[in-house]
Amino acid sequence: MSVEGRFSGILGAFRLDAVFALAPTGITALSGPSGAGKTTLLRCIAGLTRMPGELSVAGEVWQDTRRFMPAYRRPVGVVFQEASLLGHLSVRGNLLYGARRTSAKPEIGFDDTADLLGLGPLLDRAPANLSGGERQRVALGRALLSQPKLLLMDEPLSSLDAAAKAEILPYLERLHRALAIPALYISHDAGEIARLADHVLEMRQGRIAPCEAPAPTLEGLSSQARDRLALAALRAGLTVEGEDVSPGPRSRV
Amino acid sequence: MGEVVWTTLRLAGLTTVLLLVLATPIAWWLARRRAWWKEVVAAVTTLPIILPPSVLGFYLLIAIAPQSPLMGLLHPFGIRTLAFTFPGLVIGSMVYSLPFAVQPIRGAFEAMGPRPMEVAATLRASPMDAFFTVALPLARRGFLTAAILVFAHTVGEFGVVLMIGGGIPGKTETISVRIYQLVENLQYAEAYRLAAGVVVFSFLALLALLLLDRRADEAVR
Repeated sequence: MSVEGRFSGILGAFRLDAVFALAPTGITALSGPSGAGKTTLLRCIAGLTRMPGELSVAGEVWQDTRRFMPAYRRPVGVVFQEASLLGHLSVRGNLLYGARRTSAKPEIGFDDTADLLGLGPLLDRAPANLSGGERQRVALGRALLSQPKLLLMDEPLSSLDAAAKAEILPYLERLHRALAIPALYISHDAGEIARLADHVLEMRQGRIAPCEAPAPTLEGLSSQARDRLALAALRAGLTVEGEDVSPGPRSRV
Repeated sequence: MGEVVWTTLRLAGLTTVLLLVLATPIAWWLARRRAWWKEVVAAVTTLPIILPPSVLGFYLLIAIAPQSPLMGLLHPFGIRTLAFTFPGLVIGSMVYSLPFAVQPIRGAFEAMGPRPMEVAATLRASPMDAFFTVALPLARRGFLTAAILVFAHTVGEFGVVLMIGGGIPGKTETISVRIYQLVENLQYAEAYRLAAGVVVFSFLALLALLLLDRRADEAVR
């Protein structure tokens, strides 16, 4: 496991007690009801929120009982719920902000990133003149160009309307195929998870289900939940055979 | 007459530059802290707005007089007093205009919210780096507003300047003090000219401020 962590602590009235591990490559979806602590966990991993715990990524300790590596020293890429582009910089300036500050040898270059995410025509535009979907693509490219060892995405599509979502999903799927680092993807949209995720972690009340938990079967689900799942699978382009959903090789729902 | 204009502009320019440097860390601290008692600090920095200039001038005069403990610290360096000197006038003007620098800059930092600094951190910018490359550029309108307000406010100050400067020609006599003295001596013609100059200047400063606000509104839309 290239990413292993454990955080436990109290933030206001909320208690986080999460143990988790991510595979060296592929997207792990982090799902669960709102208020379960998904964003808090992501912020702890990024070093934006400080909570007692341990975290190591690709053999490097980011946090343990003695050390806390500040956010700006962690090679982590973060895509927030709102694109949060830096308004005083052009798209190009945003993309290069992190790239200029990393000494890591580039795994992915500027042109490749622009190609992958279709950013070429946007480079000289100001963030204020971009659509919601375009902004998230820039935010994604910006995170990648900082040469992270771990990519964190906090519901990057939730602030977009259906059309913008449909526009950006193919880019995310391309990214998924090209990505050579572990990624954590917060979402509670079953369709998105089915299309993008290789693994799923479920979070409830600050706790997390183990990474290697067997994929839940349909037997244990209520008929309502089964219908929702089938519908989501259909939307995601999966086939439904009888009682069972047969996910693609990458998807466990 | 050129002399008083030069003294006034020099005073306002110097006060503006120094005050922006001083107010920036204060405004940043006020904008980022959540503790309730930070408002005590905010109230202290805002106090000069509501204090009568004569009260402020009186305390400042005592603080920079030869007998003050503050000046005592400077005696070893050969400085006995700053009363009725240009440096003393600059210090007084800075205190007097402090709220006009802190408020707009604090507002701009608060409007920015914590997210841009977090984004910068996840893009490997150290806090200092992020402050200069993200926070300052994003708050630039607050700085511009502060600069215009402080400059104009300093040009227009009278009570404090008279009390701690004494209106010494060529050293501490500013336009507003000169107008007062011209009127006292019944030299209305010259008073008219200077006063009209101040009115035009103040109008232009306000207009610049309003146009800036308007442009910012359009940018948001």
